[in-house]
Amino acid sequence: MATRAQFENSNEIGVFSKLTNAYCLVAIGGSENFYSTFESELADVIPVVKVSIAGTRVIGRMCVGNKNGLLLPQATTDQELLHIRNCLPDSVVVQRVDERLSALGNCIACNDYVSLIHTDLDRETEELIADVLGVEVFRQTIAGNILVGSYSQFTNRGGLVHPHTSIEDLDELSSLLQVPLVAGTVNRGSEVIGAGLVVNDWTAFCGLDTTATELSVIESVFKLRDAQPSNIVNEMRASLIDTMS
Amino acid sequence: MATDMFTVSHTVGRVLCCMCGVAMAPNAANMCVTCLRSQVDITEGLQKLVTVLYCPECGRYLQPPRTWVKAELESKELLTFCIKRLKNINKVRLVDAGFIWTEPHSKRLKVKLKIQKEVINGAILEQAYIVDYTVEDHMCEKCSRVAANPDQWIACVQVRQKVEHKRTFFFLEQLIIKHNAAGAAVNIKQIHDGMDFYFANKSHGLKLLDFLSNVVPIRSRHDKQLVSHDTKSNTYNYRFTMSVEICPVCKDDLICLPQKVATSLGNIGPLVLCMQVSNTLLLLDPQTLRTAYMDANQYWRTGFRPLLHAKQLVEYIVLDIETEPGVSSRAGRYSLAEVQVARKADFGKNDTTFTARTHLGHLLNVGDYALGYDVYAANPNDPELEKYRNLDLPDVVLVKKSYEEKRARRRGKPRPWKLKALDMEIDPSALRQDPEKAVGEYEKFLEELEEDPEMRAKIALYRDAQYRAQSETASMIDGEGDEPPSVPLEELLADLRIDHESAGDASEAPEDEEMDDA
Repeated sequence: MATRAQFENSNEIGVFSKLTNAYCLVAIGGSENFYSTFESELADVIPVVKVSIAGTRVIGRMCVGNKNGLLLPQATTDQELLHIRNCLPDSVVVQRVDERLSALGNCIACNDYVSLIHTDLDRETEELIADVLGVEVFRQTIAGNILVGSYSQFTNRGGLVHPHTSIEDLDELSSLLQVPLVAGTVNRGSEVIGAGLVVNDWTAFCGLDTTATELSVIESVFKLRDAQPSNIVNEMRASLIDTMS
Repeated sequence: MATDMFTVSHTVGRVLCCMCGVAMAPNAANMCVTCLRSQVDITEGLQKLVTVLYCPECGRYLQPPRTWVKAELESKELLTFCIKRLKNINKVRLVDAGFIWTEPHSKRLKVKLKIQKEVINGAILEQAYIVDYTVEDHMCEKCSRVAANPDQWIACVQVRQKVEHKRTFFFLEQLIIKHNAAGAAVNIKQIHDGMDFYFANKSHGLKLLDFLSNVVPIRSRHDKQLVSHDTKSNTYNYRFTMSVEICPVCKDDLICLPQKVATSLGNIGPLVLCMQVSNTLLLLDPQTLRTAYMDANQYWRTGFRPLLHAKQLVEYIVLDIETEPGVSSRAGRYSLAEVQVARKADFGKNDTTFTARTHLGHLLNVGDYALGYDVYAANPNDPELEKYRNLDLPDVVLVKKSYEEKRARRRGKPRPWKLKALDMEIDPSALRQDPEKAVGEYEKFLEELEEDPEMRAKIALYRDAQYRAQSETASMIDGEGDEPPSVPLEELLADLRIDHESAGDASEAPEDEEMDDA
């Protein structure tokens, strides 16, 4: 299911939160509303953690992560790093990256297996991404935009990209990512998908302005209709049993 | 060809409209046009109902604040006018405009406008809408003045001058025309001894009064008559009459100043010539070249009358002249001289000659004609003169050089210039004067204008379109040449007339129908 949320009157919730299959980071806001929206959906399954990164609230744009790890910019303080390490499951590797382009969330988009990165990122960062997040890395643009993290959002099941993406680009990207992609919008026609939407394999949160049409596109492309956290386990079990037998 | 191999084709994909979910090509707002229209109205804040004022008499529309433009129905001019009347239209881009036909008598104009404006995220939306103009009848100032009943006046300014000639009024008429001082007059009447101006408003009358007090020495009296009143609402309707008397002293008049006045002006005169009349009188003592200014207040304290006036001027011939070097006044305009003159009438009949001091030393030469007052033969009946004991009166007071002789040749020929005239109603009392005399008086006034550039500078002279120059060059030399003085061409104004047939865009022409082309 996709839920609509708002962070202090801002629809750009992707800026203030980070959602993966293993954990959820939420910015420290003035009120608890935003946090409780996430908590009510996710608290039973994954940890929902209130964090700040480098003293800012724009955590969604500063960090990038998946179920395997979390990359933080160099400006993150030791205290913040420690706090995040303490709150996340032990299986998640938390690592600081010394990268000139410090808004990692804007420059990198990833799911648990592949990632698209900004064309100008360092080679060391690229290696670090591959190691920490355990993903294949592709340098790509989306509809001519180099900020791949801002203009796309994808999970292991599907992805949403900038509405101006041509059909050829869409085909190329989905063959790289091995997931179905759709060009679309959030927040009543906004094309900054990454800022308006956070999503994992079974749930999504988007800005309060998102229309019913957009919501239905999101639900269908990310296959959220009947998604439950347990479904994945069941699916996996079925396939495991299938291969074992 | 090689370059073609590597071009990547881009097929524009389809996204769903974020509002209605219809598949469409992505745009800046990511909304289909229908949804965008429903979301934003780019005609918001633009006027859709406008009232325009139209003069039914002359068929012109009011372009605020004061211009009236002539435009036919469904014409380009009317469209321009209509669009100009819209506020905030500059905030959008106007793409197209056109009239929607309406019944000519419906008093409605409908204009269909197509506008473009940038909306959400730089998407440009185009929209057509209709502006409804209500045409309200409102007579323009000109037409309402024409249509006004001249009998329905509120204020009347009666201007009078108790003299035998009409020179002052001829000049005053020109001044009023030039300054449009009586533009608001409902009616102007020419009366014996003066003019009456009727106004629909008291303030218009006061404005004329104010104007007159600035150009001539006047004294005035205000009276009002109660026409009707309503005690319950405390309203009173009055008719105002302002009686204006212009000082009877005119230019070139000979005055015997009362003792008191002469003393107060520094013992001038007492026999002085009036050289100039504006809101002050310029008095000159021809014996000493001393001058004095006298304003309306000072004049009306005594209210003296001229001893001899311009009609009593006699022509003299200069027999001998001896200028007194070094004695000149008013920046060399006059210089003192001792002249021996004889009356032109006497010349060759008897040997009567007179000696006199005159201020015309710089103008006169032996053999010239000059106009002057024959004080010797005059029989002045002036109470002021009699009050002076043993006053030594000069025999002759010369006033100006005479061009009679030379003028005689030119008389009857047309002038290259003309004056405008006020539209006046002539009262029977003004017709007592014999018309031939009136024409002569007007001719005299025109000659006076030719002689006096200072007087000319105050009024507007127009080039006469009918006049064909007969290879004569205009000269303005006073005295030296053979030609009598005339008006140089560059002083004339072109008179602009707009005919309805030839007027391509009469609407653009200024209200004022004259232009200075000098």
